[in-house]
Amino acid sequence: MLDRDEDILKAAEDWQKAGHGVALATVVETWGSAPRPAGSSLVINDDGTFLGSVSGGCVEGAVVTEAMDVIQSGKPKMLEFGVADETAWNVGLSCGGTIRVFVEKVG
Amino acid sequence: MKLAILHELNAERAARRPVILVTDTESGEQRLVKAQDFAKDPLRAELEKQLRMGKSANVEAGGKKLFLNVYAPTAKLVIIGAVHISQALAPLARSLGYDVTVVDPRTAFASPERFPDIPLVADWPDVALPPLNVDPYTAFVAVTHDPKIDDPALLHAFERNCFYIGALGSRKTHAKRGDRLRALGAKESDIARIHAPIGLSIGAVSPSEIAVAIMAEITAVLRLPAKEKEEAA
Repeated sequence: MLDRDEDILKAAEDWQKAGHGVALATVVETWGSAPRPAGSSLVINDDGTFLGSVSGGCVEGAVVTEAMDVIQSGKPKMLEFGVADETAWNVGLSCGGTIRVFVEKVG
Repeated sequence: MKLAILHELNAERAARRPVILVTDTESGEQRLVKAQDFAKDPLRAELEKQLRMGKSANVEAGGKKLFLNVYAPTAKLVIIGAVHISQALAPLARSLGYDVTVVDPRTAFASPERFPDIPLVADWPDVALPPLNVDPYTAFVAVTHDPKIDDPALLHAFERNCFYIGALGSRKTHAKRGDRLRALGAKESDIARIHAPIGLSIGAVSPSEIAVAIMAEITAVLRLPAKEKEEAA
């Protein structure tokens, strides 16, 4: 109900219409104390510019890299990230979590 | 995601109409289901449940793994009356994620000093309400105790089919309000929709406690299935 992602999906549409290659990454499953709920999304264009968040900052870099492949290939991908307790602490998550992120091309 | 689907998704969201995007996470195939089409959908039960909870989820159907991504509008709360209860209610509702607006034509009440950071409209309901786009994703609360302000506001809430309508006042006060609204042409079924006395019965005394009772009742109406809702009331 509390949808604050408007600008992200609007950006996806605007970037695509402006001729960019665009990918959309969406959190589809979480375990443990994942910082962003299922349904959260990140939009990436072929410049590497991105908006939104799937993990509060911890795996965005890896998602952006994978998104570049998806923009190229056009084939969707499912990514899984496990964040071990120690790593989680280092990147600012209070405890461990696992997320699955679906990455798809727009257009 | 096909551009046509993204375009439709953005249009529905801009119009504050709830939709669910169903994605086959293996093939990438997608379809967008509007709330008005849930009833005839094979995933009807799952779609209805997830929309009510406002939560995205994975389901398995027909051997396929599907992700249901729920896009529901941000709920609004319109408060008629910049009174003491509203000073507690507005920040509480905001912390629950509602977009809050307070309406009161009395400028001494609707002052920024009393409502820091809360959008205020110091005007009569007939002027103040139309631009607020009150809709089915709006909870509507009338707490001025003044029929000149509350009554026309409630008529507007009926017309816009708010998911929750509440009004302050005892049973006796509410019975009189019912008579007035009837005289103004309100339907019986609309008058019956008003939650009055307002808020869940938790023995609230202070304005802050009354605010908690009101938000608890709004949450119940928003989240509970129809049957449990009746039991909670």
